[in-house]
Amino acid sequence: MKISLGPIVYFWPRQQVLDFYGRVAELPVDIVYLGETVCSKRRELGIDDWLELAGQLRAAGKQPVLSTLSLLEAGSELGVVRRLVGNGEYPVEANDLSAVEMAAAGPGFVAGPHFNTYNAATLELLASLGAIRWVMPVELSRDSLAAIQAQRPGDLETEVFAWGRLPLAFSARCFTARAADVPKDQCGFRCMDHPQGLPLATREGEGLFTINGIQVQSGRTASLIGMIPELQQLGVDVVRVSPQPTHTGDVVSLFRGVIDGRLAPAEAAGLAEPFAVGGACNGYWYGAAGMVAVS
Amino acid sequence: MELVCPAGSLPALKAAVDNGADAVYMGFRNATNARNFEGLNFDEKGARRGLAHAHAAGARVFTAINTYAAAGRWHEWTDAVDRAVDLGVDALILADPGLIAYAAADHPDMRLHLSVQASATTPEAIEFHRRRFGVRRAVLPRVLSLSQVRRVIAGTDAELEVFGFGSLCVMVEGRCALSSYVTGEAPNTAGVCSPAKAVRWVESARGRESRLGGVLIDLYRPDEPAGYPTLCKGRFAVDGQTYYALEEPTSLNVLDILPELQQAGVAAVKVEGRQRSPAYVAEATRVMRAALDQAAADPEGYVPDPALAARLDRLAEGRTHTLGALQRRWQ
Repeated sequence: MKISLGPIVYFWPRQQVLDFYGRVAELPVDIVYLGETVCSKRRELGIDDWLELAGQLRAAGKQPVLSTLSLLEAGSELGVVRRLVGNGEYPVEANDLSAVEMAAAGPGFVAGPHFNTYNAATLELLASLGAIRWVMPVELSRDSLAAIQAQRPGDLETEVFAWGRLPLAFSARCFTARAADVPKDQCGFRCMDHPQGLPLATREGEGLFTINGIQVQSGRTASLIGMIPELQQLGVDVVRVSPQPTHTGDVVSLFRGVIDGRLAPAEAAGLAEPFAVGGACNGYWYGAAGMVAVS
Repeated sequence: MELVCPAGSLPALKAAVDNGADAVYMGFRNATNARNFEGLNFDEKGARRGLAHAHAAGARVFTAINTYAAAGRWHEWTDAVDRAVDLGVDALILADPGLIAYAAADHPDMRLHLSVQASATTPEAIEFHRRRFGVRRAVLPRVLSLSQVRRVIAGTDAELEVFGFGSLCVMVEGRCALSSYVTGEAPNTAGVCSPAKAVRWVESARGRESRLGGVLIDLYRPDEPAGYPTLCKGRFAVDGQTYYALEEPTSLNVLDILPELQQAGVAAVKVEGRQRSPAYVAEATRVMRAALDQAAADPEGYVPDPALAARLDRLAEGRTHTLGALQRRWQ
């Protein structure tokens, strides 16, 4: 079983991103997804920067994948996807139907977590278009995964989002700009003030969601580290860790420890708990509310 | 532009048809449609009667099978497709790529529409389904500005349908799991958002609490009108302030820009609300019919009628309306 590092979904300063990937080169991850998936206005790094990082990570033995924007609205955004798809070196992670359409002619793509793959028929369609891997939508359960895996086309790999704030929704509206009471078009890049998003709580102080620009994430951190044996049994090829500003390396090491048989899953889950921002949850895995923590 | 109205029940279907809908959309009584609420939707007998009523009046009937087929329960969705075709409906509204492929292969003559739940926001996304599966029309998610709608129309040979009135989805349809995060059920998987069984109203010393899956969505003073608890329209605390952090309770209403939509080449305007009463559907249909006729008769001279807008506001969530993402300022 391989470990992937998802794209950085927050807006970090350029140097922080470069430093982060400098450390990733040393981490026991196999696949690294690169690029901006949330907001096209975030341009601390451009396509050429991402390609350069991809080159460095490949030299360090990692498999880079270039991720596309999740919600495409403007023509310029489609242009960026087209350039990414045509990069000629690395596969892309297609995060919407437009990117799948563009990537279908190419050398192979990953159907990302924001592409709605809910059943084996869709998986078959993706395979026929040249998909090499699919990422399970975060709201699907173990039972759904088992049913899909039972009919999975031969050489298609399966990846599961196994650690991080869950990407729950996207909107045309920027909720970070709304929180700052500024228009989206003059946002002043407020999301850079929130390196792990802006917490949204109920009026009782219960952490509920995390605001991240046009994205709404879970308040809790999804953790499937304790389910690694089940994921292996179900034939999952890749587990994804979503980057956070601190302790990403610690989390990856715990995943590695379980996969390599050096750590008991339950023990690793306990050790990972302090790194789970907002507390850990795993309800989706059991077909329950996503925010629930089933022990 | 065609007027497409919601039919959550046979009386609602009749209300829409009798008040001027060009087409109605309905679903079956199960998880295959995105308004899978208790007591709503159609069984086979009801669907037959609805079809007869609509067709006699010259209106078309679309069937929404627009959730994502659950793995392991694939046949529930293909059965729904087969059943709708057998009933003789005029179009299927689908979202699931695998199911679209199935419908196109098994029922090549059936007219297919891409549901809003398919989250297609670009010409490329729509063309994906048009070229491969012959999809004839796409319903646009409520995330594009008017200029972006124009650009999508220019880039595809499929017809475009936009939402004209009704509850406002703040998130991209088909890409929202807020409801399942809190309740375990969401539009993609179960065809429901904020399922009624997870809603609880609590009178406490603090006021009237609305809760979803135990989570406090809003707290109302005794004199404050309370709305159905949806996660995108609750009052929450962000950065030390309590406010409608995602969106206020409000409805989408495009009366102000009907000629622009018409000029852009929009083929159809849709009214949201299969969960609404027949009286609601009748009134929304009457108002939209009048406004559309006015815009069609004299696009240059069209002035939004304040009386019509006021009638829609009386039906609207929060009794107020917005152009939503169609207006850049909203975003």
